Amino acid sequence: MAHTKAPSAFKNPLIRWVDDRLPIFTMISKEYGVFPTPRNFNYLWNFGALALVMLVIMIITGVFLAMQYTPNADLAFDSVDRITRDVNGGWLLRTLHSNGSSMFFLVVYIHIFRGMYYGSYKRPRELLWLFGAVIYLLMMATAFLGYTLPWGQMSFWGATVITNFFTALPIVGKAITTWLWGGFAVANPTLNRFFALHYLLPFVIAAVVFLHVWALHVTGSNNPLGIEPKSDKDTLPFHPYYTMKDMFGVSVFLLIYAVIVFYVPDYLGDPDNYVKANPLVTPSSIEPEWYFLPFYAILRSVPNKLLGVILMFGAVVMIFLMPWLDTSKVRSAKFRPWYQWCFWFFVFDSLLLGLVGSQHPEGIWILLGRVGTLYYFGFFLVLLPFLGWFEKTLPLPASIAESVLGGGKLAGSTVAAKPMEKA
Amino acid sequence: MVDATHQGAESTGHGDGQTRREFLYLAAGAIGAVGSAGVAWTLVDSMNPATDTLALSTIDVNLAPIVEGMGIVTMWQGKPVFVRHRTAQEITEAQSVKLSELTDPATDESRVKKSPWLVLIGICTHLGCIPLGNKPSDDRGDWGGYRCPCHGSQYDTSGRVRRGPAPLNLAVPPYNFTSDTTVRIG
Repeated sequence: MAHTKAPSAFKNPLIRWVDDRLPIFTMISKEYGVFPTPRNFNYLWNFGALALVMLVIMIITGVFLAMQYTPNADLAFDSVDRITRDVNGGWLLRTLHSNGSSMFFLVVYIHIFRGMYYGSYKRPRELLWLFGAVIYLLMMATAFLGYTLPWGQMSFWGATVITNFFTALPIVGKAITTWLWGGFAVANPTLNRFFALHYLLPFVIAAVVFLHVWALHVTGSNNPLGIEPKSDKDTLPFHPYYTMKDMFGVSVFLLIYAVIVFYVPDYLGDPDNYVKANPLVTPSSIEPEWYFLPFYAILRSVPNKLLGVILMFGAVVMIFLMPWLDTSKVRSAKFRPWYQWCFWFFVFDSLLLGLVGSQHPEGIWILLGRVGTLYYFGFFLVLLPFLGWFEKTLPLPASIAESVLGGGKLAGSTVAAKPMEKA
Repeated sequence: MVDATHQGAESTGHGDGQTRREFLYLAAGAIGAVGSAGVAWTLVDSMNPATDTLALSTIDVNLAPIVEGMGIVTMWQGKPVFVRHRTAQEITEAQSVKLSELTDPATDESRVKKSPWLVLIGICTHLGCIPLGNKPSDDRGDWGGYRCPCHGSQYDTSGRVRRGPAPLNLAVPPYNFTSDTTVRIG
C-alpha cells in the first residue's frame, strides 16, 4: 500500500507537512477512519470503548485527587475528608473516582463475558486476549491499592487480609509479607508505597491497553457470528459508523454513571470505611468491594489456607488459559447449543459466588460456595476442553453480509458479492 | 555473538582474536549483569523495613489491674499483643488437651512462662485479623479462648488453633517478667 507516500491525501498544508515527517494522521485515518470493521456488531461491542473512557476518567480524576491527598498514616484519613468537605469540587472528584472503579469493573466484566460468549479469545486472537487478561490483573492490583488510600477501617483491614495471602507461601511467605509492608504490620510505610504504586499502575495499564488495541488492529475485531469478514460487503469503515455507535453507548453509560455519582454516591461503599483505621480493632466483618467478591468466596470455600490462596489466584489464571482450554473450532456461542447453556450457567455461577462472598461463611453459604467453586473450575477445566469434542455445532453462515442482510431485495447484492469472495 | 563464532569457525588464521573477543563479550556481559543485579537489589531492599522500623522497641505492661478472667490488648511493633489473666479452670483445660487433637501441636507449658499469664501476639494466623475474646463478654468460641471474626478460626485458652482455616497457633512474642506485676515485651 502506498499511502505512506501519498502526501496529497491531506489538503491542509500543515497536516501534510507533519504527516510527511511523522505519518500520524495517516495512521489515525487508517486505524480509526477507514478501518474495516464487521458490519454486524451489537451493543456489546461498545464495552471496549467504554473501558477506555473509564481509564481516562480514572487517570484524570486521580491526578487531581493526588494533588490534595496526603499519603501518611496519621494524615490520610483527614485529607480525604478534607477533599470531600473543603476542596472546591473535591466531593465530585472523589465520588467520580471511587464509583469510577466500580463502573470500570462493571464495563470490563461485561467486556470479558462478551469475549467468552462470542469466542473472541480463539485463534488468531489469543495474544489479544492475553493482553486483556493482563489489563484485568493490573486493574485488580490498582483497585486494591487505591482502596487502601482513604485509610479507613476497611482500607486497613482489607490491606491486612490481602497482603497476608503471601504468608501462605511456604518458607519465604513471612519475608515477602514483611517486605511488602516495609515493617511488621500494615502501617505508614505500607501506605506510602501503596500510594506510589497506585499512581504508577494506571500508566502501565495504559501501555498494555495500547498493546491490546494494537493486537486488535492486526487481527481485526471478532463479531457476533464469530466468522471472519470475507469481502468488503461484510465490513463498514470504523468512522462514522462505529464512532457514532460508540459515542451513543458512551452517552447512555455516562448517564448511568452520573445517576450513581449524584444520587447514591455511597451505595457501593462500606460504612466501616468512614471510621479511621485502627490496628487494634478488626471490623465485625471484612468484605471486599463487590468486584472481588467471587474470588473472595472461592478463597473462603477451602478450609486450608494455602490451598484457598492457590485456588483464588488459579481462578484468575483460568481466564489466561481460556484460548488453550477451549477445543471447539466454532467461535460464537450462537452456533454452540451446549456451550451456550454452560456459559449462562457460568455467568449465574459468578453472580452466585459474588453473593456467597458477601455473606458470613456459615451454614448454607459454605455449601453454595463450594458448589460454586467446583463449577467455576469445572467450566474451565472440564467443559471447555470436552465440549469441543462432543458438541454438535450448528452450521455457520457463508458470510456476515449474507447472514445480516438475508434474502429479500438484497439477495442480488449477495450474489454479486460472490465473485469478489473468490477473488 | 553467534556471528563471531561463525566467523571464527570459517577464518582459520584468527582463532586467538576470536577467543579474546568472546572472552571480552562474556566478561562485559557478566559485569553488566552483576552491576544490574546490584542496582536492582538496592531498589528491592529499600522496600524492606527501615532501621528505625527495625529498632526493637520494648514495652512494659503493668499486670496489676488485670483481674482474673480478663485480658488486655497492647501494642508492640505495630502489632497487637494480648495479655490474659487466666482462670484456674482455663489453665486446667489448656493443660489437659491431648497433643494429638491439635492442628499445631504444642503443650501449654511451652507457651506460658509464668502462670496464670498468657502473652500472645493477637494476630490470627490465617489472614491477619485480630481475634476476639479478651473481654469476658466477647464470643470466645467453643474452646473458651479466642475467636476470629473474619473467617471463623477458633483458639483455645492457650491460644492454640482448634478450628477454622488458621494453620498455626497464635504466636508468642519474646517477653520476660521484670517484677511480679510487670512484664517487658520485646
